[in-house]
Amino acid sequence: MDRYITAPFDTETVKELHSGDYVYITGTVYTARDAAHKRMYEALEQNKELPFQMENNVIYYMGPSPAREGRPIGSAGPTTASRMDKYAPSLLDLGLKGMIGKGKRSDAVKQAIVRNGAVYFAAVGGAGALLSKSILRSEVIAYDDLGTEAIRKLEVKDFPVIVVIDAQGNNLYETAIETYKEI
Amino acid sequence: MRTVKVEEIIHNIKEMCIEANHYLTDDMQQALAHAVDTENSPLGKQILCQLRDNLHIASEDMIPICQDTGMAVLFIELGQDVHVEGGLLTDAVNEGVRQGYQEGFLRKSVVKDPIIRENTGDNTPAVIHYDIVEGDKIKITIAPKGFGSENMSRIFMLKPADGMEGVKDSILTAVRDAGPNACPPMVIGVGVGGTFEKCALLAKKALTRPVNERSDIPYIREMEEDLLNKINRTGIGPGGLGGTTTALAVNINTYPTHIAGLPVAVNICCHVNRHCVRVL
Repeated sequence: MDRYITAPFDTETVKELHSGDYVYITGTVYTARDAAHKRMYEALEQNKELPFQMENNVIYYMGPSPAREGRPIGSAGPTTASRMDKYAPSLLDLGLKGMIGKGKRSDAVKQAIVRNGAVYFAAVGGAGALLSKSILRSEVIAYDDLGTEAIRKLEVKDFPVIVVIDAQGNNLYETAIETYKEI
Repeated sequence: MRTVKVEEIIHNIKEMCIEANHYLTDDMQQALAHAVDTENSPLGKQILCQLRDNLHIASEDMIPICQDTGMAVLFIELGQDVHVEGGLLTDAVNEGVRQGYQEGFLRKSVVKDPIIRENTGDNTPAVIHYDIVEGDKIKITIAPKGFGSENMSRIFMLKPADGMEGVKDSILTAVRDAGPNACPPMVIGVGVGGTFEKCALLAKKALTRPVNERSDIPYIREMEEDLLNKINRTGIGPGGLGGTTTALAVNINTYPTHIAGLPVAVNICCHVNRHCVRVL
């Protein structure tokens, strides 16, 4: 089922999303990948403030290529989410409501998704040129020294994603494969 | 002896980095277009259409096909009658990569030290494999490699008794474990034989073979076809979200090996299987 939703999310919106839904997101999302997650995790360990509030927000696991002149961003597809599995449960427990990436998640992440009523989306991996067209603005808000791995605040319009793990814990990677599996 | 100036090498490598990251070869484009027609899953078909549109946008608007513009891997076949003038060949290659990634707005994804992890800022150094060959030409193949799929690659040191079935099982295991992480539909490069490092190199090089050309060795050709068929029946599908297009090709390269061994390397590549070849 196709849905159009706005980010940040509220609890009700997330509850209505089901594994397999095709969703278009409009609003604000934040980018963070390996190095930014490591820094945020260390900040939490030291009781320091995070660069943005997790509450109801969405993180896009993405490090873009540089923008050409006149464009908000370069190529901007998802990176493999499992590398952030170590850090994701802490952020979900702080109120993070959505993650956009690609690939499998650990059981600990799945449990944290269910516990907090959150959602994990996949964007199509390797479609970075196409996905960049749904990003209207991009601004580095923290960890500038990390280059492509800095935290960016993105304004997106109808950004296309697919619900993989919903708030009930259904996992499209497991269910969809069964439909077409012959060996 | 023929002289090739380093400036010519630098200039060509710069252009090749940019070309490889914005245009796929014809065989890859045709394989993706064909997959749109044959995919059984509606969602899988939708994803494949997005990938086709993505290639179009990349070339029209000069936006890299994927934001992971890779670590630059180069195969250089250097004719032994070539004299490189004006500097070291390796320095020229790295300078070409540096200029290509800077001027082409490509992502700098290389860290100087694997543990300390400080970005080098210019995507160098490249990974360069040299071969000394007959003649007075330099054949350069550049294959930028993204790490979503590189991370899912595997080496298996099998026993001779494991035989062909053992090789096939290893390849299927690697593909199943990779699943959605490797951005399917994948291209599977396989090296069988040689030593630990030789089979990895064979697998990497196999990815640069056209996806529509099968091996010259009859039993390897059969293995490639059988494995592609099996991989496409695992159900993984485009994006790992279910379907009948999990791989576009299985390319297997072989080499003689030791009486005690059967090394198998599986180098997985996503659908953005990039390479660009020039002969100077």
